[in-house]
Amino acid sequence: MNTANGLPLLLAYAAIVCTLLSGAVSLFAVRRHPGFLHFGSFLFLFLAGAASIAAGGWALLAHLTLTDQLAFGLPWLKWHLRLDPLSGFFLVLLGTLVTAASLYGPSYTREYTHGKAPQPLPPLGVFTATFVLGMQMLLLADDALVFMIFWEIMSLSGYFLVAYQHQHAANRHAAFLYLLLAHVGALVILLSFGVLAAFGGGLTFDQMRATHLAPLWATLAFLFAFLGFGTKAGMVPLHVWLPDAHPVAPSHISALMSGAMLKMGIYGIVRVSYDLIGEVRWEWGLLVLVIGTASALLGVLYALMQHDLKRLLAYHSIENIGIILMGLGMSMIFLGTGHKILGTLGLVAALYHTLNHALFKGLLFLGAGAVLYRTHERDLERMGGLIHRMPVTAFMFLVGSVAISALPPFNGFVSEWLTFQTALQAPALENGVLRTMIPISAALLALTGALAAACFVKAFGIAFLGKPRSRRVAHAREVPIGMQGGMALLAVLCLLLGVFPTSVIMAMAPITQLLVQDSLPSAAAQGWLWLTPISPQVASYSAPLVLIAIVVVFGLGFLLLKRGAVPARRCYPWDCGFGRLTSRMEYTSTAFTQPIRRVFGAVWKVDEAVETTAGAGPIPRVTGIRHHLHVQDWSWLKVYQPIGRLVLAAARRIGFIQTGNIHTYLKYSLATLLLLLWIVSL
Amino acid sequence: MNSQSIAWTLAAAQTLLFILAAPLLAGWVKRVKCHLQNRAAPAVWQPYRDLAKLIKKNLVLAENASWLFRAVPYIVFGATLLAAAAVPLIAVHLPTSAIADVIVLVGFFALARFFTALAALDIGTAFGGMGASREMTVAALAEPAMLMAVFTLAMTAHSTNLSVATETVLQAGLVLRPSFLFALLALLMVAVAECGRIPVDNPATHLELTMLHEAMILEYNGRHLALIEWAAQIKLMIYAVLIIDFFFPWGIASEFSASALSVGVLAVTAKLMLLAMLLVVWETVLAKMRLFRVPQFLGFAFLLALLGMLTNVVLETGG
Amino acid sequence: MALSSLSLYSQAIILFAALVLFTSFVMLAQTRMVPLIFTFAWQGLLMAVATVLVAIVSGHKHLYISAALTIVLKVGLIPWLLYRLSVRLDMNYETEAIKHPSLLLLGGAGLVIFSYFIALPIVHLSGLATRNTIAVSIAVELLGMLMMSVRGTAMAQVIGFMSMENGLFFAAVVSTYGMPLIVELGVAFDVMVASILFGVFFFHLRDSFDSLDVGHLNLLSEANEPAPLAETPAASTQGEHA
Repeated sequence: MNTANGLPLLLAYAAIVCTLLSGAVSLFAVRRHPGFLHFGSFLFLFLAGAASIAAGGWALLAHLTLTDQLAFGLPWLKWHLRLDPLSGFFLVLLGTLVTAASLYGPSYTREYTHGKAPQPLPPLGVFTATFVLGMQMLLLADDALVFMIFWEIMSLSGYFLVAYQHQHAANRHAAFLYLLLAHVGALVILLSFGVLAAFGGGLTFDQMRATHLAPLWATLAFLFAFLGFGTKAGMVPLHVWLPDAHPVAPSHISALMSGAMLKMGIYGIVRVSYDLIGEVRWEWGLLVLVIGTASALLGVLYALMQHDLKRLLAYHSIENIGIILMGLGMSMIFLGTGHKILGTLGLVAALYHTLNHALFKGLLFLGAGAVLYRTHERDLERMGGLIHRMPVTAFMFLVGSVAISALPPFNGFVSEWLTFQTALQAPALENGVLRTMIPISAALLALTGALAAACFVKAFGIAFLGKPRSRRVAHAREVPIGMQGGMALLAVLCLLLGVFPTSVIMAMAPITQLLVQDSLPSAAAQGWLWLTPISPQVASYSAPLVLIAIVVVFGLGFLLLKRGAVPARRCYPWDCGFGRLTSRMEYTSTAFTQPIRRVFGAVWKVDEAVETTAGAGPIPRVTGIRHHLHVQDWSWLKVYQPIGRLVLAAARRIGFIQTGNIHTYLKYSLATLLLLLWIVSL
Repeated sequence: MNSQSIAWTLAAAQTLLFILAAPLLAGWVKRVKCHLQNRAAPAVWQPYRDLAKLIKKNLVLAENASWLFRAVPYIVFGATLLAAAAVPLIAVHLPTSAIADVIVLVGFFALARFFTALAALDIGTAFGGMGASREMTVAALAEPAMLMAVFTLAMTAHSTNLSVATETVLQAGLVLRPSFLFALLALLMVAVAECGRIPVDNPATHLELTMLHEAMILEYNGRHLALIEWAAQIKLMIYAVLIIDFFFPWGIASEFSASALSVGVLAVTAKLMLLAMLLVVWETVLAKMRLFRVPQFLGFAFLLALLGMLTNVVLETGG
Repeated sequence: MALSSLSLYSQAIILFAALVLFTSFVMLAQTRMVPLIFTFAWQGLLMAVATVLVAIVSGHKHLYISAALTIVLKVGLIPWLLYRLSVRLDMNYETEAIKHPSLLLLGGAGLVIFSYFIALPIVHLSGLATRNTIAVSIAVELLGMLMMSVRGTAMAQVIGFMSMENGLFFAAVVSTYGMPLIVELGVAFDVMVASILFGVFFFHLRDSFDSLDVGHLNLLSEANEPAPLAETPAASTQGEHA
C-alpha cells in the first residue's frame, strides 16, 4: 500500500465537496433565483461526476491504493477511507452516470416547475446530492461504521427520491416497499459485518482482512452479505421493490438508481467475499450461480409482459444483475477449486458487465424519460412513430436497445461473450456434477439473451416505429439539447466499450491483481485488435474489424447500388385491398408477446378474459369485445403476502398485552422493577 | 509477411466464393425438390437471375418508412457476410476465422434478426408485427438448443474457434462419439428452425399467415429485397457448412497448396449437394407444423443437445 | 482424449449405451401406445447389441446367451404380447395427454445428472472398460420408475416397469459382465409371468372402470365416500351388471 501520490484521493474529496455544494445550492437557493438552483446544482453535480471519474480512473490505471483517516466518527474509531482499484472502478461507473444525469437533469426537471402539477425543486436537488454522496462515500469506506452510515444515507435518500411525487398512492406504496426491503437488507449486512468484526477484533476492514475465518463462520458471513447486498442489487426473490420503485422516480434518478445503486450491491458482494473474507469457496459460487440464473430468466420473462416502459426497464435490471451474478458465481467456483486464471476470467466478465449495464441501462432510462417528458406517456400501448418526431432520442434508444440485447459490436455483447467463454471452461473442473450444471446455466443464459432481444424489439418497435397510437404522441417534439447530450455521452461510451474490449480488460487488470492476485495476460496477447481471453486457439473476437466490416458494407452498398439509382417512390403499405390502415390495426405490445406468454405460461399468474357484448335485435350480433389481461408476479403472491400475513398474525397475538388499562400498565412496571431488583441481588 | 498477405487474400477469396455460391445452393435445392415432387424445375442459376432482376428494379417505399427501414438490408447483409467470412469453407487456418468464433456467429445472426424484426414493425402493418413476434419467439427457443450443441462440440474440441474445432475433429480420425451424434441431430433441427424451412416455416409460399420470415420482409422490394434474399441464402449455406465442418470435415484443406484447395472445393461441393438432397427429402416428407407445436419441436432439439452434453460428461470424459 | 484411446468396439458400447438412454427419454414423453411398445422393443434390441459388444470386448461367452435371451423376450415375445393386448383392448390408437412434457423431460435430465453423481464412487473403483456406462444404466432404471410414477395409462406403467428391468439388466452387464445365468433365467421368466399377469389385470381394470386410466384406482381409497362412484359412467354399467 503506497501512499506516495495522494492526488487521486484529493480528487475524490473534491468530488464529495462538489456533491455537498450541489445539495447546498438546492437547499439555500431562494425562490427569486430559480435559474441558479437549476443550473448551479447540476453544474456542481457535473463537476462531482467528472472528479469521481478522474479520481477513480487514476487509482485504477495507476494501480494505486491510498488510505486516509478523517477525524469524524467516534473518539476511538475515526473514519477510515481507502481508494483502491476496485473502488476506483466503481467510482468511474458512478461518475459517468452522474455526469450524464447532470447534463440531462436541468431540462428534465424543468417540467416539475412549469408543468401542470408543480413540485418544489429543492427537495429533489438535496436528496439527489445526498444519494450521490452516500454512494461515493461508501465506495471509499474502509471500516464498517463509515460503510453502514453512508449505506443508510443512500437508502434513505432513495426513499425520498422515489416518493418525490407523493400525491399518488401507488408512489407512496412503492416507496414504502423500497424502504422496507432496503432496511431488511441493511440489517442483514450489519449481521455480516458483525461476524467479520467479531473475529477480526474491530470494525476496520484492515482488521477483517487480516483474520482467517473458519469455514463455517466464513460461510455465514458470506451468506449474510450475499442476502443483504443481494436485496439492494435486486436478485430474485428479493426483487419485488425494484419494479415498483424505479418507474415512479424522476427519470434521471431512475437511471442513477438502476445504473449505480444496484451496482453498490454488487460492489458489496465482491468486496466482502473476495477482499474481506479472502478465500472463496466453490459452494458459494454454486449458490450465486443458481440464484443468478433464476434472476436472469425470471427477470426477462417478467419484463416481456410489461407494457409500462419504465417498469419493463426495471425488470431488465433484475435480469442483468442475474447475469452479473452468474459471472461471479462461476468465478467463485473456479477460484474455489483452484483454477485461478479461469476465476479471474469470470470476475472480469462480471465486472465488465457491471460497467456495461450501468451505461446502457442509464441510457435507456434517460431515453424513456425523454419520451415521458415530451408525451407524458409511459404506456407502450399509446406510443408509436416517435422515430419521425424524436429522431435523436430514437437513435439513442436504439443504441441502448442493441447494447442490452447483447449484439455485436456493442458492449453488451462483449461481456456476455466473456461470460460464455468462462462457462465453456467448465470441462477443466474435476467435479462432474458442476461440469453438467454450468453448461445448463449457460444455455439458460442464451435463452435469456434471446428473450431480451425479443423484449427490446418490442419496446423499441412499439414505442418508436409504426404509427402513433394516441394524440399526444402524434404531436411530440424532440427534447432539448441538454437531454440529448446526456444520452449521447452514454451511447458513445457503449460503442467504445464494445469496440475496444482489450483496452478495457487491460485497464481492469489492477482490480483482479488486487483481489485474486492474478490477471489475464493472454487477453491482449495478439494486440489490441484481437480479444483472446484464454488463448488464440480457444476463442478470439475482433470487435474493431467487425465494426469496420459493417461500415465497409454500407459504403460498398452505397457506391454499387444506390448511387445513380432512381430515387425511391413513396406509396401506401400493403393492406390486402381492404383500404387504408389505421394505427388501431398495428400490433400492440401485448400482442407481440402473446406467443411467449403461451409458451412460458406457468411462469406468471395470468388472468385473461374476453367479454363480448351482444347487440339487441332478432339477428345475433356482437357490438363490443373487451380483452382483459392481468399478469402478476408469483413471488408477490406466494412469498411476500404469506410472510406479511404471518407477521400480522404474530403481531395480533402479541397485541393482547396492550390493554389500554392504566392499572395493567402500572402492574407491568411493578413487575419489571421487582424482577430487576431480584436479578441485581443475585 | 508474405504468407500473411497470402492468407488474407485467400480468406477474402473464400468469402467471395461463399457469398457467390449461396444462390447456387438455393437453386440446387429448388431443382432437386421440383424433381422429387414431379414438377418442372427451373435452371440451377435462376436465383442469380432473380437477384439481378431485383437489383435493377426501382424502389417503392411505404409512406411512413423511416431511415431504419432503408438501412436494415445493408446491416443484415453485412452481418451475414461477416458470418460467412468466419466459417471455413475450403481451408482451415485462415485469419478471418479468428475474427469470430461460434458464439460471435450466433451473435451475428441475432443482430440480423433484431434489425429485420424492427424493419417489420416500422411500417405499422399487422403482417410485420405478426412476423416479428413469431420470429423472435422461435429464435428465442432455438438459442438454448444451439448453444448447448455448441457447448458439446466445444467440450470435445476444447475451443470455439471454428478453424481449430474443425482441425481437431479432422485429426482425431474415426471416433464414435454419441455426444456428436446427438449434437448433430440437435443442430440439424435448429438449422431448420433458424433458416425458416419446413416444418417450422414455409420458404416457398408468400401467404403471410403461414410464414415467419416472409411476413417480416413483406414491404421490401428492389435492391433491398435482393440483399435480404441473398442474405437468407447465405445463412442457409452457413448452417450447412457449419454442420459439415463440425461433423464431416474430411477433405478440407489444411495447407494453402493448389491441390489441397481444389480437393477442398470438390469435397465441400459434394457434401453440400448431399446435404441439400437430405434437406429436400425432409421437407417433402414433413408438413408444416402449427406455430404452437414449434416449441415442442425446439424443446426436443434442446433435449437432444442436453443428452449430447450429458453423454459427453458421463460417458466420454468420466472415469 | 479418453474416448479415442479406446478400441472401436468399446466406443461402440458407449454409443449404444447413449442410444439406450435416448430411447428411455423417448418413452417418457411418448403419448401414443403402439409407438411406445415399439420404442420399448428398440430399447431391448439396442441393449442386446451392446451386450454382444461387451461379450466381444470382455471375452465372456455367456453374455451371448444373455443377448439371445434378451432378443427373444424383450424384443420379440413381450412387445408382441403387449401389442396383441392393446389391439384386444382397443387402445392401440389411444393417446395420452401429458401435462408439461418439457418439465418431465428436464426432470429426466436431472435424474441422469443424479445417477452420474451417485455412480461416481463405483466408477472410480471399477477397472472395467464399460465403467462409464454404469451411470447410464442407473439412469435408465430411474427413468423407468419416473415413467411409472407420472404416466396415467396402465400400458405406460407396464412399459415403465419393463424398462426398469431393462436398466437392471444393463447395469448387471456393464458393472460385472453379467449375472449368473441361473439368476438371468429366473428374472427373465419372472418378467414374462409378470407381463401375463399384467394382461389379466388390464382386463379386470377395464371391466371395473371401463377405462385404463390408472387415476380411477384412486376411487378404491377408503377415505373416499362411495358416492363418487355414482358420477362415473362405469357405475351405471356396474348397476346393470348387478
